[in-house]
Amino acid sequence: MITKTVLIKDTTPGSTSGTKEFFDVFTAALRESKLADEIRLVRAADIGVYNHGIVLKILPDNITYANVQHHDIKRIIGVTLKHGNPIKDLLYQPRAYQLRLVLKNCGRIDPESIDDYIAHDGYRALSAALQAGPDTVIREITASGLRGRGGGGFPTGLKWSMTRSTPGNEKYMICNADEGDPGAYMDRSVLEGDPHAVIEGMLIAGFAIGASQGYFYIRAEYPLAIERVQKAIDQAHAYGLVGERIFGSDFSMDLEIRLGAGAFVCGEETALIASIEGKRGTPSPRPPYPSVKGLWGKPTCINNVETLANVPSIIRNGSAWFSRIGTENSKGTKVFAVTGKVRNSGLIEVPMGTTLRDIVFEIGGGTASGKRFKAVQTGGPSGGVIPEHLLDTPVDYDNLQKLGSIMGSGGMIVMDEDDCMVDIAKFYLKFCVDESCGKCAPCRIGGYQMLNLLENISRGNATLEDLERLRLIAKAMQKASLCGLGQTAANPVLSTLRYFEDEYREHILNRRCPSKKCTALLQFIIDRSRCKKCGLCARSCPEKAITGDKEHGYTIDTARCINCGMCFETCKFGAVERN
Amino acid sequence: MDQAALETARTIIEKWRPKKGNLIMILHDVQDAFGYIPPDIARYLARTLHIPLARIYEVLTFYHYFKLQPPGKYKISVCMGTACYLKGSPSLLQELKNILNVEEGQTTKDGMFYLESVRCLGCCGLSPALAVNETVHGTLTKSDVIDIVSQYAKEA
Repeated sequence: MITKTVLIKDTTPGSTSGTKEFFDVFTAALRESKLADEIRLVRAADIGVYNHGIVLKILPDNITYANVQHHDIKRIIGVTLKHGNPIKDLLYQPRAYQLRLVLKNCGRIDPESIDDYIAHDGYRALSAALQAGPDTVIREITASGLRGRGGGGFPTGLKWSMTRSTPGNEKYMICNADEGDPGAYMDRSVLEGDPHAVIEGMLIAGFAIGASQGYFYIRAEYPLAIERVQKAIDQAHAYGLVGERIFGSDFSMDLEIRLGAGAFVCGEETALIASIEGKRGTPSPRPPYPSVKGLWGKPTCINNVETLANVPSIIRNGSAWFSRIGTENSKGTKVFAVTGKVRNSGLIEVPMGTTLRDIVFEIGGGTASGKRFKAVQTGGPSGGVIPEHLLDTPVDYDNLQKLGSIMGSGGMIVMDEDDCMVDIAKFYLKFCVDESCGKCAPCRIGGYQMLNLLENISRGNATLEDLERLRLIAKAMQKASLCGLGQTAANPVLSTLRYFEDEYREHILNRRCPSKKCTALLQFIIDRSRCKKCGLCARSCPEKAITGDKEHGYTIDTARCINCGMCFETCKFGAVERN
Repeated sequence: MDQAALETARTIIEKWRPKKGNLIMILHDVQDAFGYIPPDIARYLARTLHIPLARIYEVLTFYHYFKLQPPGKYKISVCMGTACYLKGSPSLLQELKNILNVEEGQTTKDGMFYLESVRCLGCCGLSPALAVNETVHGTLTKSDVIDIVSQYAKEA
């Protein structure tokens, strides 16, 4: 009878035969110990541990051993498999831990059941807050050191107290769920996985600032999130947790959903307010800040989804508990969407201060292709790239800013050596140019001019002076743009220029794209030795630049070739080369 | 404009009339009902809500989400988020343009497929991805595209 299962995986980078070898030695050893019928060995495809030599996972004991050598097998059989005891020196010690505070309930509770949420301490924080009073709540949030998770990192307690201290009997609370950063989906997961936590955060915030009406501003592109938040609001209403006289107190607050309509700029506070008012989402100059003059001219507080999801557990466990997690100036955890060329893409939540290297290599497992890591991009179109030699930086608001990037909402895109930095800069800038609302000139014109310069660089039509021009325009945009979109739009360009200027120079001086991404700089030729003369490339060529026949093979007429790359992608035999 | 369409528009307006700043939410509901914002309905909204037609179109053209042309039976949205972009979604889009013989923002002649590129579907773990109506197809290669299209063409 099988009593234990041992998963085996050689996690040494580039190793192809290690798992099999170890498996064979282990099988022989089991036979020798007459355990072959009781222990099942499995060659696993992925154990979730990387770059730790041979990794074993023993089930059902759930013991993980790392860097196991062949001579350890005897010990493992004797101590662990026979008697179920762990061997201390072989145990896998993860360098980086995930800590789930915001995502605590996601996947654990039924997001469509308020009872399930209540059974997991739900709405206890709201009840405590109502008893403690607004000033105590604001004091707790301020003491916790919670900062805005939408990107800017403004202290949440300060924002609340500013809104509270503005006189007025009509105030508004808004939850910013217009997650527009391409490559990030933290807010979506929280709204879909634990909507009541965000609602509870909203109610506590509304109580603290003195609001009687709250709005969820959610992207229309997230239908499930909208559905679940609406359902959660209705359930909370039925339980007397939203609406008139909540928990029998004097506090009344209604919640309502308003939908975004696909405008990135609406993540900016004043533009978001304009959009809720039913207008074009164009920002207005600040001051006056929304805490003074916001929605319909009334004091308004806007918090991001993740920020609000942190609030209930801070109230429940106290500010001291929260401020123990994280670094000096950045407390708590941060959820990141680690995507791109990484092996384990997905959402992670780590304490502030975890290094980028641990996130990318330890949790993310390094690059999916095994190719050389090049950079990680944080903060989406408003952020920047961080190269390998700075990976040991602990993640917090101030550190990332120093490196020319930002924390942002939590997108983290891993790039490998196949990614061209000029192309990346162009991708993000194009995004900002498309999304610029057009109200102020520095953003509208500056972005467009920078994009033209980048276009020229990627086509090999630029000079070194263009790099200076890029820097000059970027500076003007940073200083003179009306809102955050324009002020940060140049970050991807500036940071790639800062860390990968060589790559820009290579494009300009040698008309060469080292990552072979900028097709205008490539030359396509057919390698005769690999060509099977099938003619697929000739048929796919939109310019009819490939001539020949099935007998003599095919050639590309470089004069007519427009470098579209169709033949390269069409060829099934890798016979089209690009250089 | 036919009577049924008018009735739908009237119901939507009445639902939102008491709310402040309701224009965008009304437009959302109109698009949900008709698949796009028909010009007749836009004019009807202007008359009923006492908003200049120019203001309605000012909002409509500002936001990417609102469509001014009727969509095809199947809306194919290719994700151009960063993760998908890096993993080759431009080649998916190109392949779709070749197969369907349309450009972005256009509907095929038979009214079957509408092709668009979108910012981010929020499925970065499945990159590169595209969505047909509400169904997401993930971790695609260029050669999967033809299968997806023919699958929907058969269903129709």
